[in-house]
Amino acid sequence: MHDILTTCVYCGCGCGVYLHEQRGRVVGATPSRNHPVSRNNLCVKGWHLHEFIHHPSRLKEPLMRKNGKLTPVSWDEALSFAAHELGRIAAASNGNAVGLLSSAKCTNEENYLLQKLARAVLHTNNVDHCARL
Amino acid sequence: MAGLATTFGSGAMTNSINEIENAQVMLVIGSNTSEAHPQVARRMFTAMDRGARLIVIDPRRTLLAQRADIHLAIRPGTDIPLLNAMMRIILDENLADDLFIEMRTENFYELRDMLFRLDLEEAARITGVELASIRAAARLYGRAQKAVICYCLGITQHVCGTGNVQSIANLAMMTGNVEKEDTGVDPLRGQNNVQGACDMGALPNVFPSYQQVDIDDFREKFERAWHVSLSPRPGLTLMEMTHGGKNGPLKAMFIMGENPVLSDPVMSRVEETLDNLEFLLVADIFLTETARRAHVVLPAASFAEKTGTFTNSERRVQMVRRVIPPLGQSRTDADIIMDLSARLGYVMDYESPAEIMEEIAMLAPIYGGMHHDRLENSWGLQWPCWDREHGGTPFLHKYYFTRGKGRFVPAAHEPPAELPDDDYPFLLITGRIYHQYHTGTMSRHSVLLSREAGEALLQLHPEDGRRLGVRGGEMVRMRSRRGEVRVKAQLTETVKAGEVYTTFHFSEMPVNLLTVSAKDHFSQCPEYKICAVHLEKV
Repeated sequence: MHDILTTCVYCGCGCGVYLHEQRGRVVGATPSRNHPVSRNNLCVKGWHLHEFIHHPSRLKEPLMRKNGKLTPVSWDEALSFAAHELGRIAAASNGNAVGLLSSAKCTNEENYLLQKLARAVLHTNNVDHCARL
Repeated sequence: MAGLATTFGSGAMTNSINEIENAQVMLVIGSNTSEAHPQVARRMFTAMDRGARLIVIDPRRTLLAQRADIHLAIRPGTDIPLLNAMMRIILDENLADDLFIEMRTENFYELRDMLFRLDLEEAARITGVELASIRAAARLYGRAQKAVICYCLGITQHVCGTGNVQSIANLAMMTGNVEKEDTGVDPLRGQNNVQGACDMGALPNVFPSYQQVDIDDFREKFERAWHVSLSPRPGLTLMEMTHGGKNGPLKAMFIMGENPVLSDPVMSRVEETLDNLEFLLVADIFLTETARRAHVVLPAASFAEKTGTFTNSERRVQMVRRVIPPLGQSRTDADIIMDLSARLGYVMDYESPAEIMEEIAMLAPIYGGMHHDRLENSWGLQWPCWDREHGGTPFLHKYYFTRGKGRFVPAAHEPPAELPDDDYPFLLITGRIYHQYHTGTMSRHSVLLSREAGEALLQLHPEDGRRLGVRGGEMVRMRSRRGEVRVKAQLTETVKAGEVYTTFHFSEMPVNLLTVSAKDHFSQCPEYKICAVHLEKV
């Protein structure tokens, strides 16, 4: 069993929380005692932070719409189709007809990469996230 | 955020969360803090234990409002006249900080002239609050040595959201309640990494660290670093992207970890827009309402399966650590983006998230000293953190504002886009509750959270309940000019008669079928807090 210190993913408070790992599963969450925000305390969402991670309906494989239905495919097929479509529409419209939504749930590094993908690769500033919602 | 950017020069909490404990007076406006930001509310309760006084401005009698010294239950959407009235009283009673105004701010006379023209009785009438209570609140705030204002989406999600924020900033600057520790203006960010996503330039008009795309110097810096030419034209905002409809401006979208079908206003319009795209790519951890409409859905790793950083509301950049490997075939969003980029002919080759952060530190001045090795061995660092030697910034605007001098921007009352009338007599407010989170993608997959709060409830005043013949637990049909939902009633005096409140967490009761698409002109923030509805017993 391992306890790993990480940051809670719910609200903007940003509590320091230990996730408990047992045989490849995250089985519990407890607050960090000395973290400046959590100070040995979590809200009800924080205490149950681990529960959604192993939910059976987590997406586990890439899906592609075939004959109107989302069907499991390989990563290679999904990504090459996606890249082809995004590239085609971006090139035809000079980037104007492509839009990207980033996520306030993802890390800083991922947000940085997404806006870089939009600006440097797809040549568009059409990138935003739900800051206003 | 546009409001604070124009007045202070930086749209973020000026204080740290812990500083709130030391405030003498707290003014909470448009924030249901104890439900949406429990740790911040905890600091407020500690401050009260230490003798601090609390003013709550909220149309609803929230838990915090019940414990407040002064609760101003304003009519929704009348924050500007209320704040202006408070400022006029502060001016009349000589509670303004003249030295601070003189040394640290500009454009005060424009505000003063506007305030001198203000009719206090009239302002009180608009807000529906007794002038005596406004006076008491103004005196309490104006006399405090250390006063903190906390606000949230109850301020920004209005057609006049930017004006609301500017009025808050005016009030704080006028009383000199900004530059010091334990004193300031604190917008509480709703999601765990909204602050970080903004900082990283996931916005249509700025590169990381708020460097505008249309300023040549900034753009050239990124062109040199990324070896490409970049567009100087600001892009489309989220609402422009998701509300284009059949003939919208977009043909393809890539949506990473968001669920606009449920989170954006006027749901039918969002569905129409997404359904008419030639290509929709979604990466998420669950098959959300948005992912169901995609052409390709990519399984993403959750926060427990990746390494990186989040930035909290107090600008603290802290580590997220991998606990287990990605489940099934899922991959981290960073992996997905790098793979896509390579297939599009642009190689992004980073060995680790730490290496991505090195590039961020190089290009984003406020993150200049953020390196994973520093963050690993600390509780994170608060930006601005200029370089490796810099220890971070617990509170902003010490000695000078980010923009140089703080700027007063007077605002006038702007009525909400849609108010109740004979056909739609109730005013609907939407928001969050303690046990659920946003569109429920995570929290509704938690058994215990859903047991505590598993369905949407419509808060309705008992008087209105009697008039409609609705008892607690009975279903009502709620209809606006845009759509209709059925929802279970909860009779409570938390809301005033004539006003109702519910949440947007539940896809069975998609309240955004009802909301208006009106939005603030500057920030593009939709007016979620006010629309007119009709109620009847089912």
